[in-house]
Amino acid sequence: MSLIVEAKHCLGDFRLDASFTSEGGLTALFGQSGAGKSSLVNIISGLVRPDRGRVIVNGEVLLDTAQQIFVPRHRRRIGYVFQEDRLFPHLTVRQNLLYGHWFTARADRYESLDHVVDLLGIAHLLGRKPARLSGGEKQRVAIGRALLASPRLLLMDEPLASLDDTRKAEILPYIERLRDETKIPIVYVSHSVPEVTRLATTVVVMADGKVTGAGSVQEVISQTSLFPMTGRAEAGAVIEAKVIGHDDDYQLTQLECGAGILTVSRLDMAIGMPVRIRVRAGDIMLALSPHEGLSALNVLPAVIREIGEIKGPSIDIGLDCGGEMLTARLTRASADKLKLRPGAEIYAVIKSIAFDNENLSRPPNP
Amino acid sequence: MPAWLNLSAEEWTAVCLSLRISFWAMACSLPFGIILALALARGRFWGKSLLDGLVHLPLILPPVVTGYFLLILFGRQGPIGGFLAENFGIVLAFRWTGAALACAIMGFPLMVRAIRLSIEAVDFRIEEAAGTLGASPVWVFFTITLPLILPGILSGMILSFARAMGEFGATITFVSNIPGETQTLPTAIYTFTQVPGGDFQALRLTLISLIVSLGALLLSNVMARQVSKRIGQT
Repeated sequence: MSLIVEAKHCLGDFRLDASFTSEGGLTALFGQSGAGKSSLVNIISGLVRPDRGRVIVNGEVLLDTAQQIFVPRHRRRIGYVFQEDRLFPHLTVRQNLLYGHWFTARADRYESLDHVVDLLGIAHLLGRKPARLSGGEKQRVAIGRALLASPRLLLMDEPLASLDDTRKAEILPYIERLRDETKIPIVYVSHSVPEVTRLATTVVVMADGKVTGAGSVQEVISQTSLFPMTGRAEAGAVIEAKVIGHDDDYQLTQLECGAGILTVSRLDMAIGMPVRIRVRAGDIMLALSPHEGLSALNVLPAVIREIGEIKGPSIDIGLDCGGEMLTARLTRASADKLKLRPGAEIYAVIKSIAFDNENLSRPPNP
Repeated sequence: MPAWLNLSAEEWTAVCLSLRISFWAMACSLPFGIILALALARGRFWGKSLLDGLVHLPLILPPVVTGYFLLILFGRQGPIGGFLAENFGIVLAFRWTGAALACAIMGFPLMVRAIRLSIEAVDFRIEEAAGTLGASPVWVFFTITLPLILPGILSGMILSFARAMGEFGATITFVSNIPGETQTLPTAIYTFTQVPGGDFQALRLTLISLIVSLGALLLSNVMARQVSKRIGQT
């Protein structure tokens, strides 16, 4: 699987000039609203014809303005899950699901109704009309409808944005299953750090119509330069760890990562399972010595990598915890009091409670 | 049946002729109505507002003027009428088919307007979604757009039919008032009001006209409600 996207497009004052490639898995297009993520996805799907650009999926050219190639949307076989469900109001859930299936040539079909219904847990909804579904159910049906057209690429444009947290939590596992159990490459648009951290194999960062960075989740989400974009509370780093033990008495789970052993609230995961952890900069405290009498369970030795830019009262401190790159956000007052400087040895203190469900997830299968 | 409803043969003919003319006026203008409504709602082309004005013209012109235009164009000596008569043997002037044409044209703006409004109410993003699922524009129209605008089409049909039942001015100008050929309900009523002692017959036909129009309206409401229930928007 390979995806090559290049596009230059003008929409009024907005200029889109972006390109990226993907080798499969779930590619997150990440950036603030207005960054041009949706425009780029619309160009891939064929809903928008850019001034100049190329879209190549698995070597098949779907768009090449230089060669006057523009494959219309209905011949691209690119699935699209929109921000709003866009279900057909006059058709039942079953008819909605089978709509794209019917238009797909027999030889190209690789999805079956039974499998999709099972994957998304929507068997009990088949006879209903969209008007009688909840927001979360609608979005699951919309995902199923796109899948049943047996697309060679699936686009998801903030499919969770219109849902509340409970509904989001209801759908996220299905998207993880989609990523891991089907081999469809996915381009997932989002401005939410937790979503991207949880789902992405690779991340493409966009701002003002341009691609400003791309790479693995760990590389991209940890970049201090992104922090202004992700907002103060969301700034942080992502590390991969493994479950090594549970403590049923205290309801805790031990995770092993490069930085050492982390203790978090009990996870419902077998020993040996990989876990992706997001450590928010604001959740890390720094200490000069591994203090006795500290309530936090996680005290990790670290070396100060860099002292970041000053922003108002706070300052970001880059840490190297046994190879894991973490970032701590302190007040300037504390940083001055501790006399922090690059190369100094220090301890990073993190409360176990800081790792809530939103920050712990199953990483994509390799 | 009450005695006062015992219509004379001439009156029955007028009632049946009116129904027949109205039906054909509605049926024949429907495909054109849908195409024009689509063009006006979705199309972007030069002269769109001119076309829009032209479609609405019968609504604002005096019906007599429309009828006279028809006579000039479709009369035996007219450019279109002459052509049709010479090449196809079709004569419209002073025939019931001509009455149907006059009624169709008078009801056309109402039909186009109703369908156009319902097309404009369809969320084009749903049609986009259908496109990404592999449906070509023609399939999108027949599987998504058409079912969703069905209530609008129905109300357009009823409006056109009801307008045709009441059409007077253009009809009498274009095809005159020939009993058994072009005498419709309204022209028959007019005739009865012009002869001494015809008041009773005029009133009788007026009541029938009222019942037919009201019935069409009620029917359209019931059908529209059922359609919108079926397409799940209630």
